[in-house]
Amino acid sequence: MSTSSDNGSVNAGPGKGGQNTPSRHHANHGKRVAVVRSKRTLKQKLQWLSDHVRNEWQLYLMLLPTIVWFMVFLYKPMYGLQIAFKDYSIFRGVAASPWVGLEHFELLFTNDQFVRAFWNTIKISALNLLFAFPAPIILALMFNEILHATYKRAAQTIVYLPHFISSVIIAGIVITAFSPSVGVVNTVLSWFGIDSIYFLTKPEWFRPIFIGTGIWQEAGFGSIVFLAAIAGVSPSLYESAVVDGASRWQMMWKITLPSILPTIIIMLIIRIGNIMEVSFELIILLYQPATYSTADVVNTFVYRQGLQSGQYDFAAAAGLFNAVVAFVMVIIANTLARRYSKTSLW
Amino acid sequence: MNWNLYSRGDKFFAIVVSVLIGMFTVATLYPFIYIAAVSFSSGFAAQAGKVVLTPIDVTIEAYKYILFDRDFWMSYRNTFIYTIGGTVMSLIFIIPAAYALSRPQLLGRRFFNLFIAFTMWFNAGLIPFYLNMRDLNLLDSMFGIILAFAINAFNIILLRNFFEAIPQSFEEAARMDGANDFQVLWKVFIPLSKPAIATITLFCIVARWNGFFWAMVLLQSQEKIPLQVFLRHTLAKLSDDEEFAFTQLDAAYSAETVTAAIIVCSIIPVLLVYPWIQKYFEKGILLGGVKE
Repeated sequence: MSTSSDNGSVNAGPGKGGQNTPSRHHANHGKRVAVVRSKRTLKQKLQWLSDHVRNEWQLYLMLLPTIVWFMVFLYKPMYGLQIAFKDYSIFRGVAASPWVGLEHFELLFTNDQFVRAFWNTIKISALNLLFAFPAPIILALMFNEILHATYKRAAQTIVYLPHFISSVIIAGIVITAFSPSVGVVNTVLSWFGIDSIYFLTKPEWFRPIFIGTGIWQEAGFGSIVFLAAIAGVSPSLYESAVVDGASRWQMMWKITLPSILPTIIIMLIIRIGNIMEVSFELIILLYQPATYSTADVVNTFVYRQGLQSGQYDFAAAAGLFNAVVAFVMVIIANTLARRYSKTSLW
Repeated sequence: MNWNLYSRGDKFFAIVVSVLIGMFTVATLYPFIYIAAVSFSSGFAAQAGKVVLTPIDVTIEAYKYILFDRDFWMSYRNTFIYTIGGTVMSLIFIIPAAYALSRPQLLGRRFFNLFIAFTMWFNAGLIPFYLNMRDLNLLDSMFGIILAFAINAFNIILLRNFFEAIPQSFEEAARMDGANDFQVLWKVFIPLSKPAIATITLFCIVARWNGFFWAMVLLQSQEKIPLQVFLRHTLAKLSDDEEFAFTQLDAAYSAETVTAAIIVCSIIPVLLVYPWIQKYFEKGILLGGVKE
């Protein structure tokens, strides 16, 4: 990163001035002067720096705790990632454990459970993209058509709510509602003479339930971004459409949707960037050995192998693989976003 | 958009949309109503799958049961400690850091911004984080939970963006009066940024109140766990084996009604602060969503 030079040009007012003025004055005095000048500049720079620190030390003091925190809690674990290439033993610690090269990764890629978890992650993400991604867009378009302000406000208040509910409670609700004896789902099925199904032990039901739950929890909240985009559409577009005799339905398709398309594409890119990110907290709460075949994702695999079975090095390798794939996806997504719109994600 | 100018087709369309929104709203609300109904039903009625919309054989036995459960109250208390302590801790870190990062005279500003934002795109993952917590001796520590989850990059960036938008003249005026950075932050920036700080505070409160995964992994002592982990233990009993306990079919409460009662008790505080949440989060999500 070209930090120092950037800061020089932006901030180093006095230093820069001191650098330029003498050089203009003594431009034709030859080498001797040039040496003196650079010495003076260095001295001036140091002087400027010490002045800067004397004047602005409070800023650095304010930033310091956060920087230390990031180093201790987020960057130090990155250093600890090396155990993915080591035969990690608790007693030796991270640094002293012997290197084993790519052994864990070789084991990983031949591990059926891991390969399955990897594909499950992709599949669940793809299903999310297909079903959960359009939901908030549709919802926002519909909210936009509602004229009654109070009704709209009340509906919005309610549909945003599940976003703020913890995954444990969500899981509690799902487990209760889908339970074979208590659950309302089976009660309703029984009205139609369908036998009770123990949904949460059926691999084929896991993904529909998981994705449905996600839509229920996040579609409302997700619509906020699109509603904001809709609010930015110029009213004159609608006014001239009214003059042309267009119906609301036509305006939705011909004006609203194309106008928010940039937002949709940016959100889509972000989602593709987060493809490795599946809300594994909820999966941990909802899955069980019977449904591992469709429910187990990389993070839940890491959790079981590492935190439950204590194979830290092997699990760290799986986690590292996940993080690298995720990182690459984010980079690709950002490049796409930058190409697509002038505003990149960072 | 005026109803009177709508054609018949438009009116029909608007009505259909209103009905669909209504259905989605009801569908969003229904699970909560259902859980509340289960919590007020008798164990027998719940076990027999009779509860659909309203409580059957109305009783408050499930609530009585948790009322006298010491572990429940302890976990409830702990959640308050984590929420209040954690949120205060977050603000102590985030506000000064966001201020420093928003000042153009800060050397290495680009580097520090990248240093913080990078953690949004890459993190070491569960295992190294866990081992690090163990090396720091923060396993099974309430303080560890409060400290280790105090900051996230997103909140710093959100507040920094807000601070950057404050006109320079405010700061200059305070400087004229001889204010130092701490005074400028305290007397100028914080009062001007109440909505942004309120947003971040609410984000922190909600995240802390709902946080469960790391509390489950890091805390072993029963007397330190928060409500969400307590609920998780109850759920685990419930889903691990369906036949669990409750052979008496006339029981006034069952595992399900007790679970439902715990769920209701842990949602109520969220509902109480929800009006404030709603006031600020829409702004917040749009503020922070713009870019790093």
